[in-house]
Amino acid sequence: MKKRALGFIALGAASALLLSACGGSDGGGTGSGDAPGEFNQGATEVVNPSDATGGTLRYAINDDFDSTDPGNTYYGFSWNFSRYYARTLVTYKTEPGAASSEIVPDLAEEMPEPSDEAKTWTVKLKQGLKYEDGTDIVAEDIKYAIARSNYGGQLSKGPEFFAQLLDEDDYKGPYEDDDLDNFTAIETPDDHTLVFKLKESFSEFPYVLLQPQTAPVPAEADNGEQYQTSVLSSGPYKFDGDYEPGVKLNLTRNEEWDAESDPIRTALPDNITVELGVDQDEIDQRLVNGQLDVDLAGVGVGPAMKGQLVGDESKQAFLDNPPSGALRYVNINNTVIPDVACRQAIMYAANRDSLQRAWGGAIGGDIATQLMPPQLPGADNDYDPYPSEDNTGDLDAAKEKLKECGEEDGFSVNIAAREGRDNDIATAEALQESLSRVGIETSIKSYPASDFATQYAGSPDYVKDNDLGLIVLGWIPDWPTGYGFMKSIIDGRSIKDSGNYNMAEFDNKEVNDLFDESVETVDDDERAAIYTEIDKIVMEEAAVLPVVFDKGLLYRPENLTNVHFSNGFAMYDYMTLGTTNTE
Amino acid sequence: MLTYILRRLGAGALLLGIVTMVTFVIFYGVPRMAGQTVEQLAAMYVGRAPTPAAIEATIERLNLDQPIAVQFWEFLKGIFIGADYQYGRDIVHCSAPCFGYSFQNNTEVFGEIVKRLPVTFSLAIGAGVLWLIGGVAVGVVSAIKKGSIFDRVAMGVALAGVSMPIFFTGLLALAFLVHSWKILPNASYTPFTENPVAWASGLFLPWVVLAFLHAAQYARQTRAGMLETMGEDYIRTARAKGLKERTVVLKHGLRPTLTPILTIFGLDIGLVLGGAVLTEQVFSLNGIGRYAVNAIAYKDLPVVLGVTLFGAIFIVVCNLLVDLLYPLVDPRVRAAH
Repeated sequence: MKKRALGFIALGAASALLLSACGGSDGGGTGSGDAPGEFNQGATEVVNPSDATGGTLRYAINDDFDSTDPGNTYYGFSWNFSRYYARTLVTYKTEPGAASSEIVPDLAEEMPEPSDEAKTWTVKLKQGLKYEDGTDIVAEDIKYAIARSNYGGQLSKGPEFFAQLLDEDDYKGPYEDDDLDNFTAIETPDDHTLVFKLKESFSEFPYVLLQPQTAPVPAEADNGEQYQTSVLSSGPYKFDGDYEPGVKLNLTRNEEWDAESDPIRTALPDNITVELGVDQDEIDQRLVNGQLDVDLAGVGVGPAMKGQLVGDESKQAFLDNPPSGALRYVNINNTVIPDVACRQAIMYAANRDSLQRAWGGAIGGDIATQLMPPQLPGADNDYDPYPSEDNTGDLDAAKEKLKECGEEDGFSVNIAAREGRDNDIATAEALQESLSRVGIETSIKSYPASDFATQYAGSPDYVKDNDLGLIVLGWIPDWPTGYGFMKSIIDGRSIKDSGNYNMAEFDNKEVNDLFDESVETVDDDERAAIYTEIDKIVMEEAAVLPVVFDKGLLYRPENLTNVHFSNGFAMYDYMTLGTTNTE
Repeated sequence: MLTYILRRLGAGALLLGIVTMVTFVIFYGVPRMAGQTVEQLAAMYVGRAPTPAAIEATIERLNLDQPIAVQFWEFLKGIFIGADYQYGRDIVHCSAPCFGYSFQNNTEVFGEIVKRLPVTFSLAIGAGVLWLIGGVAVGVVSAIKKGSIFDRVAMGVALAGVSMPIFFTGLLALAFLVHSWKILPNASYTPFTENPVAWASGLFLPWVVLAFLHAAQYARQTRAGMLETMGEDYIRTARAKGLKERTVVLKHGLRPTLTPILTIFGLDIGLVLGGAVLTEQVFSLNGIGRYAVNAIAYKDLPVVLGVTLFGAIFIVVCNLLVDLLYPLVDPRVRAAH
């Protein structure tokens, strides 16, 4: 009898467990309501506009931040997201469309002022800015933040543009030399003024000032790499508990933030949560079910969900298909294939239609006929020096070029691609098939993605020894200008023994000189014209075979408000987002 | 008995020592032997655009320029007496057992493992209980009702369970039970001490999926063992003495069958505690297994090394516990010692 009673209790407990499991709350929307927009509307307009505050904005990501420390990060989504708690001197305008890549002041009172032919830049800070602990933000904190992130090699995850540009050679960084006066390239004549002294003219310096490295860090709060655990906030949100790598980051409102001083951020949600290390399929399902607001990575849904969404009419209005800012392309190595006519034969023979299909068709990207993505100033979208019917290649012109370079019967060369990058491999295969039509025989060599740029395709010696004439790669700019996009991949002086991204090994004096001219040109339109010229030379010299301007497929759940795409960050602008989720 | 325990403890410690050395050499010695330079090794720990200064700082902090024996000695010292790491201007002591420092996410490996241990432990315990009870119960009933419809269906399901990997059953369960039919909530971890019901409901699906894989093996093993035992003379004697069938089955039939079951259970639990890689990956549970997967993806060697050693410790400890439990389950082992 006693045992039977125990049995019933156990059964009851199991039932309760199952019922409680069944009754789990979804939270947020149901994902089944009316769409708040149209297909791709978020690419150029604000979708679901709202000024309603409150709720919890829920982010998740398959990966993790490289660091939440604004001075130690290079991931695009980290830069976008860090603005919640780390205001920078300037940032991208929070407006949709072309305006989203314009720079506006953030901590700065007005735009940085160049002098001495753009070798000196002066920035004035707004008055009354405070950290989350109520202390004042002063110019020296920004100088310190730049010092810690660029000198000494301790915080090594971010770029070091300041170290390259500032007129400073001997400074060892604040961890070795705690006298900030020895860092002479940045002057702070008063608490609200910064003067940057550069080695040479650099007209695009405001784009460098946009980096999270210009977010202020007071020296006394800095504990090196561990600063990422709890960053002292200067933005509308502060850390709610410690950042736990691989697990979570929660933000809550920073009461010391002054909305009047900040036209950039709407600060609609009361709380922000980030789940780290969530499976991509899980993220996509939760977005569609309304159980999540944003995929923090910002690059779009995974392949499984993409397949489902593309064919589902009812979901089209929830989708945006904006350019990711990246160019997918094939380097035509100038050392392995030195004759320009041979390179041009490759350009003519390439079947751009099949190359686009290798990238998932029109949803995956637009066919590229020039180097610079269309949204960059100076990009000439009508320029196509190698036209062909239906973009399938001009085989007669290709054969003519082969004859011109003395390879009438074609030649042999290897194609390098990154292992595990399915689209890269598919691109290589499509190119192989295209070129075989004119007798150019290719063999595909795949290499580990992590060492691709250091040991294989990024090592000129290896490239030459292994006859890697064609190298499949993707590129996204550090900032959206011709210089930010092209300098590392096409300027001859960027060629390095290892870690070389000018994999075409294109070293053209005219192009190099034009880059030099661009950094001295302060006028935006004049600079854009220079970039147009560079692009055309690169295409005429057939140094690069552009494949597609990559596009992401982003899901915009109905619970997400104020959504628009930022061309600057090449993802949704996180600073304007709100949510109807009140969980 | 004391000698037996001491001998088992000694063997366990020796095994861990060997595992530590071999693992360390694989991760730090083999890449060097294969021709990787210290700069290339260091480049794995810095960002996208490493500067010479950053690489040099990393080499120094990881002792990569030292001979492998010195590196191993430093690692051992860390485990037994702790190590010092420089965080910017501060030097922080990583107290023993210090399993190393992840330069990818700037955290101490041991601390991160300990933080994730409750997730993996909860997963292992819940699933372990389910598969042990479920598997053994099904095995016993199948053996008693050999040839019946129940036996055939149960063994068919068991075969299916053992044949289907977690990334298949788990994804199917998620797609239908969670996302399409919304019968169960998303898998999640809530500490037991915070909310026991949320703990159980959040882990219910991973438990069932993981248990489904393992239970099959236990059911088949139990069935085979029971069939063999139930044919023994002493079972016939027990029945002849007039004992109840339940006593005959559970006390005289099942008990000897449990010894091999216990051995497998010890190994399985040890493996799951060392990281239920696929289950944690599929259900996005931030346990030790997922920590290891991410570390592998980013070539975060200190983490991979730490998790490997931790997994080895669990297997050794679980085996030790099983060895110590044998005498309790099987009187013949007790008599032998």
